Amino acid sequence: MTDLPTHTDRKLGLVIDLDTCVGCHACVVACKGWNTENYGAPLGDADAYGADPVGAFLNRVHTFEIQPDDAPAQIVHFPKSCLHCDDAPCVTVCPTGASYKRSEDGIVLVNESTCIGCGLCAWACPYGAREQDPVEKVMKKCTLCVDRIYNEALPEIDRTPACVRTCPAGARHFGDLSDPESDVSQLVEERGGFDLMPEQGTRPVNKYLPPRPRDEIDVLAPFLAPVDDGPKGFLGWLDRTLDRIG
Amino acid sequence: MHPAASLIAFTTLSGLGLGLLAFLGVGLAPDEGRTGLVFFALAFALAGGGLASSALHLGHPERAHLAFTQWRSSWLSREAWLASGALATMALHAALSLAGWRIAPLGWLGAALCLGTVGATAMIYAQLRTVPRWHHPTTPALFLAYAITGGTLLSGHVIAAIVLLALTGIGQVIVWRLGDGRVAASRSDAGTATGLGTRGRVRLFEGPHTGENYLTREMVFRVARKHVLPLRAIALILAVGLPIVLLALPFSHLLALLAILSHLAGLIVQRWLFFAEAEHVVGHYYGRTG
Repeated sequence: MTDLPTHTDRKLGLVIDLDTCVGCHACVVACKGWNTENYGAPLGDADAYGADPVGAFLNRVHTFEIQPDDAPAQIVHFPKSCLHCDDAPCVTVCPTGASYKRSEDGIVLVNESTCIGCGLCAWACPYGAREQDPVEKVMKKCTLCVDRIYNEALPEIDRTPACVRTCPAGARHFGDLSDPESDVSQLVEERGGFDLMPEQGTRPVNKYLPPRPRDEIDVLAPFLAPVDDGPKGFLGWLDRTLDRIG
Repeated sequence: MHPAASLIAFTTLSGLGLGLLAFLGVGLAPDEGRTGLVFFALAFALAGGGLASSALHLGHPERAHLAFTQWRSSWLSREAWLASGALATMALHAALSLAGWRIAPLGWLGAALCLGTVGATAMIYAQLRTVPRWHHPTTPALFLAYAITGGTLLSGHVIAAIVLLALTGIGQVIVWRLGDGRVAASRSDAGTATGLGTRGRVRLFEGPHTGENYLTREMVFRVARKHVLPLRAIALILAVGLPIVLLALPFSHLLALLAILSHLAGLIVQRWLFFAEAEHVVGHYYGRTG
């Protein structure tokens, strides 16, 4: 049954640092690559070299502008993938049971051999985390690289999602968010990690860390003696001379 | 939301067909002899054709039987059960009625299953918190109102049809107004979508890609705002206004047929708008709202 588990032993998920992300899209490419070559149907593309290409991706990087009332605008790169919600609406709407949330680690997955491609799970997701594969016609979503994180054939350092492993800025973190002592939980605690669209009632596992404040001038700055109140030497003479002429 | 032809045909035809089947079930439409055969055939053609066209929307229609498994949690699965139950019960009822052995309670059960199917179809949409315009009890209420009105119209109750058409028209206007209000009052915006709204005004600066994707095609379809009012007026005139006028004229079968065809055309426009007007919150990630 596509009922949600009442309890998950762990809550594996991502913590994404919006302060550190440089918007390079390396995570997008790493995700597409790994998930095309490994678990499940390959992530398809249609008309890839034509005029109207479209493809399935499990992770995409949007870029937003924040315009505060009293400060210059700020650009924030915003990677977005499945948030593996505790109250995942995509799971309960599924008519076939193909969509499910694992009770052992909280990962939300799709059984591709029983998915009928009705697309209702994509309608139910507020985050746009599910797309229908244009070739296989089944619903694709982030698996948290379930075929990497438990894969003992890989060196231990590689047992993290491909997006986390590849991020050159260290903006992506993977771990158990149900354990308050885990690195990711500590990070969320320290930096004030938040949920996306909490008003949708999905209780996402993935958290986002806010950008740090920019261009803050120290409160003592106005009281410091000016280092230089005017040009000296030749430039000073030129300045004074031009002032007299002008 | 993308107004897929298969979904418009599905909800329009199955709504009318199941409405007529419900009337046949409770004995408010001719269900005996040759006339009865014609009415049953029309009702099954509409309901069955509509339900079959819904399969065109699936990526893997050959696995559709799996949709019967999750009735405890999924409205789509409940709809599959109710639709099959309604068609099977009404098929038995039709055979018995046409043979002259009408069993009234069987017909009542069939009618309840028919209306239950329409309700379940509407609940697939009404359950979605992600689409504020649909997420409301008036969505199934209006689907049921259209089905019952269509059943009245198709089964030839002129006075009742005029009254129900007028009531459904008023209900439709109220539902549109309420929907506009829910969209305006929605708490989701680019600020909550990114969690950055407390820092200033948030807008999409650059999308994740230059082309379209499944999400933008399926859920970020936008009907041009300036066309909404004319389209709503066309839907109301065709679905409600013109049929009332045609039915109020001295009765003839030709005028009744025209009233039905006008109602069907209006219903198609209404369903197109139902999908095309509905804003999905994922649009906030693509800078395409309002």
